[in-house]
Amino acid sequence: MATQRQAHNLSQIPLPRGIIPIALVVGLLVWSLYSAVFTVPAESVGVLQRFGHYHGEVNPGLHFKLPFGIDRVTLVPVKRQLKEEFGFATPGANFADQSSPPTQWELETTMVTGDLNTAMVEWIIQFRIEEPFDFLFKVRNAGATLRDVSESVMREVIGDRTVDEVLTIGRQDIESTAQVKLQEVVNKYEMGLRIDQIQLKNVNPPEPVQASFDRVNEAQQEREQMINVARGEYNKAVPRTRGEADQSIQAAQGYAIQRVNQAEGDVSRFDALLAEYLKAPEVTKRRLYLETLKDVLPHVAGKVIVDESASSVLPLLQLNTSEAIR
Amino acid sequence: MKTTTAALVVAAVLLAVVGSNAFYTVDETERVIITQFGKPIGEVIDEAGLQIKTPFIQTVNRFEKRILVWDGSANDMPTKDKLYITVDTFGRWRIKDPLQYFLRLRDERSAQSRLEDILGSETRNAVAKHELIEIIRTSKDRTPEVDPLLADVDISTLLPITKGRQSIESDIFDAASGKLAEFGIELLDIRFKRINYNESVRQKIYARMISERDQIAERFRSEGAGEAARIKGDKERELQKIESEAYREVQTIQGDADAKATAIYAESYNRSTEAVDLYEFVKTLDTYRSIIDSNTTLVLSTDSELLSLVKGIDQRE
Repeated sequence: MATQRQAHNLSQIPLPRGIIPIALVVGLLVWSLYSAVFTVPAESVGVLQRFGHYHGEVNPGLHFKLPFGIDRVTLVPVKRQLKEEFGFATPGANFADQSSPPTQWELETTMVTGDLNTAMVEWIIQFRIEEPFDFLFKVRNAGATLRDVSESVMREVIGDRTVDEVLTIGRQDIESTAQVKLQEVVNKYEMGLRIDQIQLKNVNPPEPVQASFDRVNEAQQEREQMINVARGEYNKAVPRTRGEADQSIQAAQGYAIQRVNQAEGDVSRFDALLAEYLKAPEVTKRRLYLETLKDVLPHVAGKVIVDESASSVLPLLQLNTSEAIR
Repeated sequence: MKTTTAALVVAAVLLAVVGSNAFYTVDETERVIITQFGKPIGEVIDEAGLQIKTPFIQTVNRFEKRILVWDGSANDMPTKDKLYITVDTFGRWRIKDPLQYFLRLRDERSAQSRLEDILGSETRNAVAKHELIEIIRTSKDRTPEVDPLLADVDISTLLPITKGRQSIESDIFDAASGKLAEFGIELLDIRFKRINYNESVRQKIYARMISERDQIAERFRSEGAGEAARIKGDKERELQKIESEAYREVQTIQGDADAKATAIYAESYNRSTEAVDLYEFVKTLDTYRSIIDSNTTLVLSTDSELLSLVKGIDQRE
């Protein structure tokens, strides 16, 4: 009950005369506190300016500064790797000048090579802000400047190379040369940037010429294929013929061995026979004769025995009757 | 009481207005010229920080201290070898003498258009005096790497130059920087950003690139056919060689064997007259074995050795 009455009484009490200034002072305090506190995220440093004058850098964490815009802090992401893309864009940019609008892409990529051909080169540069002071105060819009310089340097490097170097074998050389040159220019301008890497992405001949480059590749393949087919035929025929030649040589050697062995066999048989023959020539001769006839004659179908003395009696011999006789 | 409060408030407001007009800040990135009724007063203020001036009658004019970009527009122009190209240049400059700059140009927009006039025409002059390759190439002595696959094709050569890109850039720089100095502008450098063939030239360049590539393709094909023919010939030769060598060897081996066998036979059969007799005899008998077969009709006489006994035992002589 007592508290209720108090509340009632409070609302009845007229506002003290000083309430408005007090409210103003409190509001001012809150505002000044609010504008005096700031945080620097882990990957950045804060560059502090007092009345526009460079006042130093602050490390990541919670910090105080003079309020009401006397001190101004610009956050510079020194630890973040930034990139700029030329001729294309990947979504999720964390840097204002990361890529250019699509209408610029063709102009960005088209380059003239040192043999007066044309190549389309896409590339990226990766870099970090090394000196926040230089980055903010030495060059206006260092990001856009870096884009210009990068395009210029890349064309300078491509202009000293042949289209074949640009498209195939010279890529690494182009990357490293361009990086060195870009760093030189960046240092000269004191942009406060460190170029970590330049990478070539898609590098192509211009669209209307593309097909003829493909034809060269095809012809290259064709050449290899023709050679391979011919080699295949060579390999199919030559070792086989070599084997066959060896075979016929082996066969000939076989023949030679056989021929000599046979001769030696024949001879030793003959020699044995001769030895026996010399002991009794007549008998042996006769024996051999008879043995042969004994072997041979049974196979003979038509045998006609003629008596010489009976020549008056005309022996009738029917030739061509082997069939009938059999 | 009330009037004094009101007067205080008015005084405070007045003070605030005058104070905010008397104090101004100079950023780290700029320099300031104070003008009074449009006329520059005092030195150029180069020091960043809080500054004071006479309120209302003096005006603050701010000038960039940083390096600025001049990004030229892309222009079509002919080279000395009458090739139409599109040239896009950019340059770096800064305001060296803000007072001069302020008096002659007043603001950055007119500075940019003056830069465009001077650098644009100097670029045009320089390009017209040189052949395209001089603007494209930089180094005079670089030997290009050659793709081993294209090694014996007569391509991939860099065209020779006598001056080069950087030297032409510095020609433009030398010609323009004097003219810009009188505007309080210091030109730091000028570089070619993009150089491309004009649309009309481009088709011809593409046609040349295509014919160049087609010629390489033809060469590859012909190389392939040539190499294949060579391998085929190689194969033919090798086959003939192998086969003929084998024939030779076979014949030699067989001939040797035949000779050896003949010698063996001759040595044995020719030993003595008896041996010759026996050989003839045996060989004759052997011949019978092969020539008398089942189709043979044999007429045998009883006078023959074999059948001499048929007519009687005593028939034998």
